Amino acid sequence: MDLNADFFALLGLPRRFRLAAGELDSRYRELQARVHPDRFASAPEAERRLSMQWASQANEAYRTLKKPLARAGYLIELAGVDLRAETNTAMPADFLMQQMEWREAVQEARSAGDHHELEHLHHRLQADIAGRYEQIAVWLDEDADYLAAADGVRRQMFLEKLLLEIEDALAALEE
Amino acid sequence: MALFQIAEPGESAAPHEHKRAIGIDLGTTNSLVATVRSGMAVCLNDEHGRSLLPSAVRYHPDGRIEVGYDVRKRQAEDPKNTIISVKRFMGRGKADIAHVETLPYDFVEAPGMVRLKTVAGVKSPVEVSAEILKTLQHRAEAALGGELVGAVITVPAYFDDAQRQATKDAARLAGLNVLRLLNEPTAAAIAYGLDNGAEGVYAVYDLGGGTFDISILRLTKGVFEVLATGGDTALGGDDFDHRIYCWVIEQVRPQPLSAEDSRHLMMRCREAKEFLTHNPEAPISLRLATGEMIDLTLDAATFTEISRNLVSKTLQPIKKALRDAGLRVDEIQGVVMVGGATRIPQVQKAVADFFRQEPLTNLDPDKVVALGAATQANLLAGNKTGNDDWLLLDVIPLSLGLEIMGGLTEKVITRNSTIPTARAQEFTTFKDGQTAMAIHVVQGERDLVDDCRSLARFELRGIPPMVAGAARIRVTFQVDADGLLSVTAREQTTGIEASITVKPSYGLSDDEIAGMLQDSLAHAKDDAMLRALREARVEAERLLEACAAALAEDAHLLSAAEIEKIQAAADKLRATLAGDNRRQIHLAMDDLSYETQEFAHRRMDQNVKRALAGRSVDELSNPQPAGEHA
Repeated sequence: MDLNADFFALLGLPRRFRLAAGELDSRYRELQARVHPDRFASAPEAERRLSMQWASQANEAYRTLKKPLARAGYLIELAGVDLRAETNTAMPADFLMQQMEWREAVQEARSAGDHHELEHLHHRLQADIAGRYEQIAVWLDEDADYLAAADGVRRQMFLEKLLLEIEDALAALEE
Repeated sequence: MALFQIAEPGESAAPHEHKRAIGIDLGTTNSLVATVRSGMAVCLNDEHGRSLLPSAVRYHPDGRIEVGYDVRKRQAEDPKNTIISVKRFMGRGKADIAHVETLPYDFVEAPGMVRLKTVAGVKSPVEVSAEILKTLQHRAEAALGGELVGAVITVPAYFDDAQRQATKDAARLAGLNVLRLLNEPTAAAIAYGLDNGAEGVYAVYDLGGGTFDISILRLTKGVFEVLATGGDTALGGDDFDHRIYCWVIEQVRPQPLSAEDSRHLMMRCREAKEFLTHNPEAPISLRLATGEMIDLTLDAATFTEISRNLVSKTLQPIKKALRDAGLRVDEIQGVVMVGGATRIPQVQKAVADFFRQEPLTNLDPDKVVALGAATQANLLAGNKTGNDDWLLLDVIPLSLGLEIMGGLTEKVITRNSTIPTARAQEFTTFKDGQTAMAIHVVQGERDLVDDCRSLARFELRGIPPMVAGAARIRVTFQVDADGLLSVTAREQTTGIEASITVKPSYGLSDDEIAGMLQDSLAHAKDDAMLRALREARVEAERLLEACAAALAEDAHLLSAAEIEKIQAAADKLRATLAGDNRRQIHLAMDDLSYETQEFAHRRMDQNVKRALAGRSVDELSNPQPAGEHA
């Protein structure tokens, strides 16, 4: 096994977007149980150093694969497709329109201090995001259409950012 | 009298000797040492049966150094040379210290960390802490009957890199082998979780003498996973004493107090605070040097009022930690209370109100951290107990980053990342022909560099001249399992490699530590050379033992020739142990380490393969029909 193997191989998982429930958690824990520095506290220096490298890599793998956005982005990267997340922000007009409507609704609820409405928007947006991941899963796992998936991921970035903003607004109201 | 050892049925009599390992809670107010005996974590007591050691150190004019109860009791006699709550100064500059004006010490500014001028010379907080550690070490060696293999030392979870490094340096100075720095709330969770077989998500609320931590952990079968942590390293029981002190001053408005009177009054305030835990009101009386008399009564309602914002200051970090963990208050299954200051009634009430449940106080809040540390030390030392199949996944409390153009911070590792962790970021040159790059490492959450703590500055030199923006400099941050950072920078585009690795050191260089070590040994009338030789032997024996254990387990990974080479190097090392040449021992150790490098790789490989075992190749390559995303 190579320390530089891809994160799926490192954790012994199939290279796909859909993961069986609990599988990632249990694979990660099994690997850490074997390589964590706490298992090598009395080992020679060389083994302690290796253990730190492996455990660091296991943590990075888990962090990347745990969240669907990062996992999808990683799969696209593995397929050799450039996500161009930073430069390619061009979006079709209808998506941008929708975005503006969302933002206006959030802004309105925020300035009105409408906790209930914010909760409602949060719920709706979450459902929207979940539905889009279903589609991204099809692109990645069945169609191997990485360009479509990359486009989908770029949209999810917008939506997840908005979700965070709603959460911030909710937290601010609770203060 | 020697007792016969009887093994449990089905268990062989201990194949390896039990290793003497300890856990130390190095507290602001009190410190403790604990160990695992017959599978049970216990605190080790002093000759009077007391487990606490007041973290108070007094330097006498005759060179004597005293630690503990008497020092605390008589702290008003000689305030300048009696150092209490030294933990507040660890890894801190003078500007960082709260209420510095009420402290009686002669501070000396030094790069990175303040020093204290005492009758025994200028002392670093690291040296003062080392005295406390030495006292506990001697207590443990006496109780356990021999030299220790190592110690787990606890630190507040919210300690930054400077404070952690200072703690590790103090242990080194005391001559302790640090098996691990362990976060205090995590230690408490281990003690609590293993004791109660707890499962689920728990919060640990740890209010000590000078520090506050909140940690959110998930406990699942044998895994302690810290989800988020937060806190304030300058908030604790001491601040409640200080509030009472200010209240008294406001009521009485005496002449400016002498250092002695100030200490006396602070002690009365502390007693009043403790008295109010079980009584509705507390008397505070003291005759000052001027003859003036202080005679007041503090009632619980007033105490609650004057300390209200201290209590609410602990609630902010809890909210932040919950958000970071992505959890709501009602998802917390239990709240474990740790630290002496959690005995304060209004603290208990505020925590109960916030979490909408009664906090758990069934373990002694003073001892639980040391007991957890001892359990972890026992595991790390390699002592097998019935309960040893657990894994600890802790996090780094504060983000780590670099200064970029415009005085801004670029985060490389974000707070609450699981450790150990390594992350790299690429940077480029700003000017044509630029051959050096200044790298400034900072820790903190704020966007402006000036609002973060500066950890280290270093320069990467020898970058081949290129046009601006062509060089690719990869800066790698590695945080180890102690939460300590090292930084490597490397230019990647050319064959010529400019590379540097730094560990931030906060004004205490390795040479300074060596110097302090020499000094302290001279005081103890020990022979520094002999001690260094003894340490080399202990280290060599540890290495030989580790190699023998590895060979016993995994000789099948090596060819006969490779085994022979390793054994030859081991024999050579063993031969040097008979002599008294420290250099030869170290050289032989280096040789053996070199010969076992490939073996280490293969062993790690095997470990990883075993972790992946139990799955067929089919499963790995064939997609499963149904699934869900995390």
